[in-house]
Amino acid sequence: MLQKEWEGDKKMSRIILKNINKYYNKVHVLKDINLVVEDGDFMTLLGPSGCGKTTTLRVIAGLEVPEKGQVIIDDDIVTDTDEAFYVAPSKRGLNLVFQNYALWPHMTVYENVSFGLKVKKVPQREIQSKVENTLRILQIEDYIDRYPSELSGGQQQRVAIARAIVSQPKLLLLDEPLSNLDARLRLEMRAELKRLHQELKTTIIYVTHDQVEALTLSTKIAVFFEGKIVQVDTPMNIYTCPIDVKVADFIGNPKINFIDGICVGDNGKIKIISPLGEMEAVDKIYENHLNNKEVVLALRPEHIIISDEFKENYFECQVYAVLPAGSETLIQIKKQDKLITAKVIGQTGLVADQKIWISFVRGSINVYDKKFGHLLFNV
Amino acid sequence: MERAETNVSSICGEFRIKRKRLKNKFIGLITDPYSIATIIIIAVLGYLIIVPLWEMLVSTFKLSPRDAMRIPEATAGQFTTYYWERVFNGPVSKSMFYRPLGNSLLTSLVVSVASIILGGLMAWILTRTDIPYKKFFSFMVILPYMLPSWSKALAWITIFKNDKLGGYPGIFQYLFNVSPPDAVSYGPLPIIITATLHYYVFTYLLMSSALSSMSSDLEEMAEVCGANRFTILRKVVFPLVVPAILSAVILTFSKAIGNFGIAAYLGLKVQYFTLPTMIRANIKNLMTEQAYILAISLIVIACFAVYLNQRAIGARKSYVTIGGKGSRKNEVCLGKAKMPILILVSVFIFIAAIVPLLVITIQSFMLRDGIYSFSNLTTHYWFGESNEMIADGEPGIFKNPMIWRSIYNTLKLAIACSSLATIVGSIVGYIISRGQGKTSGKVVEQLSFLPFLIPSIAFGAIYLSMFSKPQLFIPSLYGTFTLLVLVSTIKYIPFAVRSGTSTMIQIGYELEEAAMIEGVSWFERFTKIILPLSKKGFFSGFLLVFISAMKELDLLVLLVTPDTRTLTCLTFAYTESGFQQFGNAIMVVIAILIILVYLFSLKLGADVTEGMGG
Repeated sequence: MLQKEWEGDKKMSRIILKNINKYYNKVHVLKDINLVVEDGDFMTLLGPSGCGKTTTLRVIAGLEVPEKGQVIIDDDIVTDTDEAFYVAPSKRGLNLVFQNYALWPHMTVYENVSFGLKVKKVPQREIQSKVENTLRILQIEDYIDRYPSELSGGQQQRVAIARAIVSQPKLLLLDEPLSNLDARLRLEMRAELKRLHQELKTTIIYVTHDQVEALTLSTKIAVFFEGKIVQVDTPMNIYTCPIDVKVADFIGNPKINFIDGICVGDNGKIKIISPLGEMEAVDKIYENHLNNKEVVLALRPEHIIISDEFKENYFECQVYAVLPAGSETLIQIKKQDKLITAKVIGQTGLVADQKIWISFVRGSINVYDKKFGHLLFNV
Repeated sequence: MERAETNVSSICGEFRIKRKRLKNKFIGLITDPYSIATIIIIAVLGYLIIVPLWEMLVSTFKLSPRDAMRIPEATAGQFTTYYWERVFNGPVSKSMFYRPLGNSLLTSLVVSVASIILGGLMAWILTRTDIPYKKFFSFMVILPYMLPSWSKALAWITIFKNDKLGGYPGIFQYLFNVSPPDAVSYGPLPIIITATLHYYVFTYLLMSSALSSMSSDLEEMAEVCGANRFTILRKVVFPLVVPAILSAVILTFSKAIGNFGIAAYLGLKVQYFTLPTMIRANIKNLMTEQAYILAISLIVIACFAVYLNQRAIGARKSYVTIGGKGSRKNEVCLGKAKMPILILVSVFIFIAAIVPLLVITIQSFMLRDGIYSFSNLTTHYWFGESNEMIADGEPGIFKNPMIWRSIYNTLKLAIACSSLATIVGSIVGYIISRGQGKTSGKVVEQLSFLPFLIPSIAFGAIYLSMFSKPQLFIPSLYGTFTLLVLVSTIKYIPFAVRSGTSTMIQIGYELEEAAMIEGVSWFERFTKIILPLSKKGFFSGFLLVFISAMKELDLLVLLVTPDTRTLTCLTFAYTESGFQQFGNAIMVVIAILIILVYLFSLKLGADVTEGMGG
């Protein structure tokens, strides 16, 4: 029933960023950002802190004015630096949830959520039903008369979201909304947000530095580094095929393993020689320029297969440390002074200094150019 | 041919974009309330601060009509360096400039050093040790600052007056039958002592905030290392607060050098002039140009001091904030020294806060000066009808219509200027906090800080010069109440702005952005979100200015007329004409009013003292 109500008015929202450049004093914080967010997307801007993702979000919201570039929402230009044309944030059909919620401390939950509607002179009765409906969706209708200081962090978070969605924006912007919550609440709210996206069918742009959040929630992820977008793709592709070493290093927990190697040609096929032995490239034919190229192998911990007895084509190594974490166990493996992390589901009987043999899931290792960092092929 | 056309059209296109851009920029500027407020504030402050300063400077280079008459072939208004030469390099410059300058420098330097010792010690004792009755002491230690600086001078005269310079002897001579030497009664020594008993509070406020921001971990660590208490104080605490000490010394100096009241009460009788009293003397003698030059010199010195302070803080700022996160405050145990220190602190507070008030109060009930017996007690100076035998027939202060008028004036002025200053301070604070990093914010911040650099007496002189004749849009204001409101408002704007800025900075910009996204207009954001949230800060700022305005003398002394006289100016007028008891009685009225307001503010939880320090 709720769903129907929300779908009542037809919404379409496609956001295009064109060559956005932004400076703080002399610091170039956004470097030529180009991005298209399709209608209904849950687009996450992901990157380490200080990489410009929040600034991008604020540029879309109209709270920040870029030095150069265009923002287009639904075929309407809302920011055009060439003409110094900027549509006010409130006229862009969007709403924003702030990292620290930004609830007005002197207003009750009801007043916070209804304030925007009141300003827009929506009839009193309509305001009441909209606010109550929204609070019900977020399961905070019992706290309607409380002040923000009388609510827990998670409840404040819900109020902030309620305030943002009560006016049924075409586009919802979320700026690290879960970063102030404790680990358990964060998990809970994650599920809540995902459900909300499916229910409201609103386009969402979500900023976070937490890659797990990005991978679990998004339909698409844009990875930011130092003011640039390095990769835009589905969560699956971002995880399995990071476009360069930096992205590979950033995505994934426990961290991906990097091993240096060298390319050589072998009867028109590519062979990689590394401390892990010799491996053959998948779906890639040898080209001359690859000869003797220095490469980096990137290997996800869960793609390592461990055996405690000798097997054909497995490499012999030694267990360095075993780190059990209940549902999974991390094993640090030593191979020629190099430490590699492997992940096994459940518990293992391995002990430190034990001799083991390891292998890899074929095709799961990404090979990067050591000098430039870009993805070459898989082995 | 075709190519030329495309060229033309592309140029046209570029031109169109440029025009559009300009138009959009202009519309953006005039529809943005932030820029409108900024422009208005800059214009108003500029007109009321920069223009008067400039006018004053210019007038010192123009021959006045009075002097033009004396000099043949001279026309009024022509360019001249006559006044500057007269002040700096003329037959009277020694007595008019250099000696007062020397006196000013000497007294204020000694005052600032003595204040830092007293204030710093009190701050350390009351913030870092386990001395009992802290709350009471913290209230009492600030009390002297709530009263006008010269109230202590009044008390001093009452006690140490001697009979050599005419008039009746003071309490000291009555009790011990020894006439105190002139050097004790008047001149630099009493000026320094009474000013120190006032300004130590200022350094106390600065130092206690510096000390309480220092983590006690640092002291404890030294204790663990085996250092004894004195070594810790000397080697850890002291070096850490050195920048704060330096800054306190400089700021106290810049305040003390502009003090008119104390130097007037204690210096004029023995012809001991400081720059502020010399400014007033020159204005009284209608030598306004010279007075302006002295005022400019005073401003330059004060500016230089503040500049030094900024340099000193800027270089070592990181020091003060070391361990600033430490929220745990372990108090130093005074042990056996507790009792002696408690007694010392009590005695000091008794002398600084209670004795002056007590003496002034007692004196106001004495029928004849110099006789301190019960038979001499009278309420004549309070409630007496006019009596030809006493004080030229002046009636008691509460029978004198003048006092009611002055109380009315004082309250009206205090309420008017504190309301205005706090409102302006809130808006300016808003502009500064939202314009951090922007040029507009910086300009407004610097501009609103300027009045702080200008000593009160010089500020009065500037306004006297500017508004004694009609100005752009503004008629001649001399003698009007409006002028007093204007000058007080502008003078207190730095305090109001500081309090406003610190309040506004605490209100996160997101709170406003969240409303912006909802389409809430600037005016509504300001009234429905910013103001309700800054209520407490607004109120503190209001009371701070209110109390300052209640005790103001230096700023107003050049500008009041009998009709617009405030209580402080009335006291000054009484004592100047030798009616000590009347002056004292009014001083008591002022003290009671201020203490009531202070208690009221404490009750409401407003922190007035925060804005007073630095």
